[in-house]
Amino acid sequence: MVAAESYPEELKYHPEHDWARIEGDEATLGITWFAQDALGELVHFEPPEEGSSVAKDESYGEVESVKAVSDLVAPLSGEVLEVNGKVVDAPETVNEDPYGEGWLIRIRMSDPSQADSLLDAAAYKQVLESQ
Amino acid sequence: MASQRSGASLASALMAQTLQRTPLYDKHVALGARMVPFAGWEMPVSYDGVIPEHRAVRTDCGVFDVSHMGELEVEGMHAIDVLQAALSNDVAKRGVGDAQYTLLTNERGGIVDDLIVYRTDEYRYLLIVNASNRDTDYRWLMDREVRGSDVRDVSDEYALLAVQGPRSLERLGLPEAKPFTWHMGELDGIEVMVNRTGYTGETGVELMCPAEDAGTLWDAVVARGSKPCGLGARDTLRLEVCYPLHGNDITPDTDAISAGLGWTCALDKDFTGADELRRIKEHGPEQKLVAFVMTEKAIPRQGMPIEGGGIVTSGSHSPMLDVGIGMGYVPAAAAQPDTEITIDVRGRPRRARIVKKPIYKKET
Repeated sequence: MVAAESYPEELKYHPEHDWARIEGDEATLGITWFAQDALGELVHFEPPEEGSSVAKDESYGEVESVKAVSDLVAPLSGEVLEVNGKVVDAPETVNEDPYGEGWLIRIRMSDPSQADSLLDAAAYKQVLESQ
Repeated sequence: MASQRSGASLASALMAQTLQRTPLYDKHVALGARMVPFAGWEMPVSYDGVIPEHRAVRTDCGVFDVSHMGELEVEGMHAIDVLQAALSNDVAKRGVGDAQYTLLTNERGGIVDDLIVYRTDEYRYLLIVNASNRDTDYRWLMDREVRGSDVRDVSDEYALLAVQGPRSLERLGLPEAKPFTWHMGELDGIEVMVNRTGYTGETGVELMCPAEDAGTLWDAVVARGSKPCGLGARDTLRLEVCYPLHGNDITPDTDAISAGLGWTCALDKDFTGADELRRIKEHGPEQKLVAFVMTEKAIPRQGMPIEGGGIVTSGSHSPMLDVGIGMGYVPAAAAQPDTEITIDVRGRPRRARIVKKPIYKKET
């Protein structure tokens, strides 16, 4: 079952179609409804290693559908605390619930001030409309 | 997410101006298909999703618009001579009502195209060829015409729908017929050439009709319960059963023996490249096209290196096996089933195992 289009207000967005849910000095990352819809059903998630670092605006992994491969762009820098094993085993979870069960990784932010440069839901929707 | 590597937006924008459309273009758009450029055509890659479309063909019935494919007619008392000299298989063994999978080969035994030839009359043959090779094939045959043979490109006159799946004949109300035969038939009042051929490994037909009947035929086939399927599912279906894709697995630079298509080469007759193919067969090919299944999580893609001197020519995710699968060339000495290979997946070494073709076999 594919999720209906939505862009939750409580999330921060990166224009490369990634989201971040910030809680204290930790953040959970994932891809937006638009991204999963553009790719189609996901069949592979290539995650980073737990304990490795991710850098804002740089690739931290890949997701693949039957036809396409896409880099995952980190909206924030930090250390990988956890990879969502459910998505590794069942990548279609991202299509079903991109902001919930389909989260990709959890990080400890190295520079929480980076969050200020991310978009809110309204600004991200403007990015989508301009494409 | 960034830079989907499957398509550049500027390139597609420029291409959109020159892309051809099949007579069913409006049907695809109305169904909400994702349209992509393919071999100079604007074609549906999927409607509902590659995986559900793929499964519909494996379990029930799906319909594909393959009107982009080329149709060439070769007619005349000496049409047979042109075809026997240009095509690898022995078409003289086929009567009116038969069809045959065959190769158009070059002097090096390389594969100019793979195609199906239908004997439509005593002195007339229909060749259904890959969309991307339509002009090459036409010129190739024109250059080899003899007195008493006439080669025509009739592609624009016809539409072609592939209706494939275990329930396809039942859903269309068509009689059982032997694979690789054709007959004239009727579907809900539309006269069609019913070809018992396909590219999915399932029972099915390819229905050819005049271009102006395409919309009516499509609606009739869909109304009878065929799920519209795009080129995405067509590719995963053919890969699971190891049907080669021209341009990927077989090209003018790969020969029929190395590609495992020796069975399509009547080496007891003379045709372009036959000498070279006989030589390769006698000495054994240096490399072979093999099928493999990933034993580590990864999706192989065309162009990825295989350790030890090989290359992936087709790769994807198998919707039926839920694992990465592919085909590629490896040195002949390392081409046996159960051999472990390592594929360079964008810098990450990932293990796979060579398997006997086809990769997917129906449970019986």
